[in-house]
Amino acid sequence: MIDERFGPYGGRYVPETLMPALAELAAAWEAVRDDADYRMELAELLRDYAGRPTPLYLARRLSEAAGRPVWLKREDLLHTGAHKLNNALGQCLLARRMGKRRIIAETGAGQHGVATATACALLDLECVVYMGEEDMRRQRPNVERMGLLGATVAPVAAGTRTLKEATSEAIRDWTTNVATTHYVIGSTVGPAPYPALVRDLQRVIGDEARAQLLERTGRLPDRVIACVGGGSNAIGTFTAFTGDAGVELIGVEAAGEGLDSGRHGAPLTAGGRPGVLHGSLSAVLQDADGQIAEAHSISAGLDYPGSGPEHAHLRDTGRARYEAVSDADALAAFAHTARLEGIIPALESSHAIAWTLANPGGELDLVCLSGRGDKDLAEALERLGD
Amino acid sequence: MTEVAAPAGAERISSAFADRAGRAALMPYMMGGFPDLPTSARIAAAYADGGADLVELGIPFSDPLADGPVIAAAGTQALRAGATVDGVLGVCEELAPRVPVVVMCYANLVLAPGPDAFAAALTAAGASGLIVPDLPLEEASGVLEACDAHGVALVLLVAPTTPEERLARIGAQARGFLYTVAVTGTTGERDALDVGGVVARARAHAGVPVAVGFGIGTPEQAAAAAAAGADGVIVGSRLVRAAAEAADPAGAVRDAVAGFAAALSR
Repeated sequence: MIDERFGPYGGRYVPETLMPALAELAAAWEAVRDDADYRMELAELLRDYAGRPTPLYLARRLSEAAGRPVWLKREDLLHTGAHKLNNALGQCLLARRMGKRRIIAETGAGQHGVATATACALLDLECVVYMGEEDMRRQRPNVERMGLLGATVAPVAAGTRTLKEATSEAIRDWTTNVATTHYVIGSTVGPAPYPALVRDLQRVIGDEARAQLLERTGRLPDRVIACVGGGSNAIGTFTAFTGDAGVELIGVEAAGEGLDSGRHGAPLTAGGRPGVLHGSLSAVLQDADGQIAEAHSISAGLDYPGSGPEHAHLRDTGRARYEAVSDADALAAFAHTARLEGIIPALESSHAIAWTLANPGGELDLVCLSGRGDKDLAEALERLGD
Repeated sequence: MTEVAAPAGAERISSAFADRAGRAALMPYMMGGFPDLPTSARIAAAYADGGADLVELGIPFSDPLADGPVIAAAGTQALRAGATVDGVLGVCEELAPRVPVVVMCYANLVLAPGPDAFAAALTAAGASGLIVPDLPLEEASGVLEACDAHGVALVLLVAPTTPEERLARIGAQARGFLYTVAVTGTTGERDALDVGGVVARARAHAGVPVAVGFGIGTPEQAAAAAAAGADGVIVGSRLVRAAAEAADPAGAVRDAVAGFAAALSR
């Protein structure tokens, strides 16, 4: 069975038109995920094309700054520069098996769009990526990369012109073209089976990291830390450790200009009643009527008012906890990591690093460095120069 | 609220269809609060003046997944102009004495106050029914129960992609009427439209009237839907566009609604 609910969260809050396609997708994934041919094809691509396993790196100077060993899981070294390719390759292979040769995706920071465009180029599939106009401005290099890879980038001008609207527009396209098209959602959000499907494809991050750390140190980490927008790199890292009772799981959201400012992207940390966004029930930023609120973060990938339903459940059950880091602190960690380690992290991942450096506890931290920061140079340098 | 009998909404909807004596009922859609709340109240009255048998009254939502560009933009404008759920239910309250009102809104607006409180507010505003386009049968039980308790008909939707076995399950739970989506896609006018197949499929599984919507933009298309056996015809984007484009929105939509009403009365 594919998980459809995580406690009270998840479900399928979508137009009737999509219900049969979601049932078809769930059935296809249930059949394919344990299929030996599929697994071998995906494993070979992840190894030979994408560069898995990614290294686990003891960040010596960050460790000195933190006062304890900090190990980085280097998803920034994966092909295309972020963990997103794990999911995009897996879903595009699945789509090809389902006979769907047109692929659509939404993207915020552009990393998922680039990953999907890359997988489509590799597998000879048509690719359309929806992207908010504000994100296209912030992430110009990724827009250009997608074009070079043969994808069509469809600008979205509605609302705040960021990830939320791009996702809505992708769902509308899918509603219209569902017979020929597979929607590669980029995070552990959306209607069932997507949160489970994306988790299954991303759990390779934590599975590898757990084995690598055991091999290198003979022990498990005290804390596992990852940033959370929709939450795919965090779920991908956490899943391997949920059964290890002594390992604390910490998701770091975007506090933006501060949790009290109303301009943030931290629905899990801020609390409040659950809501439905993009097809599932989860922690959502909303007003008293239930209108979805606008999120804010310096990092496009965390600039989202919703969160994956499994995260909301992990929070409620106490298995994971959620914290938030401001734009300013994330930016400082971005610069700090570049100077201390010679690694320019994505602004998203910089939130996880910032929290780790600022919060002592435990004897060994594992941090998911979910992506690299080249895409953020223009935005970050402008702000650092302020 | 003892004055409201439990099935009141469903009964009022079913009489609106029955009153048409074999001809199809016209159910125009409007976006509550568009372009602003006072104008939308005048538009609502104009729908009744123009000959609407029922009115589908939309409450704007920030993320309307089932709507095409015209209705989505109207919703954004309505919210920008300050529309709230209470404000739109005020429009409902004014209109409901004249024609049955079926409120259309997205799931989160129902879940935010809780289904029971939302259904109670609908009853208080005189609404007869509720359409929630992102609440498929599997997620509907709580809202269905609340609507039943408050005498509001929760109208379920079927689509061209809905398989037979699922159609039967949805048809068995239908209240008021069965909303038959004419096209695979979002709301919006279509040049070519063939509703014969979807209407026949819905009718085979519905014990309630079958109304067809999404894509119908001309009186000819409305008449063709009626000829194909639809008990009701829903027209949305065409009328929202008329309201958006006209200097006198109420006058424009009254004339447009009258044109659709005439086509269904021939």
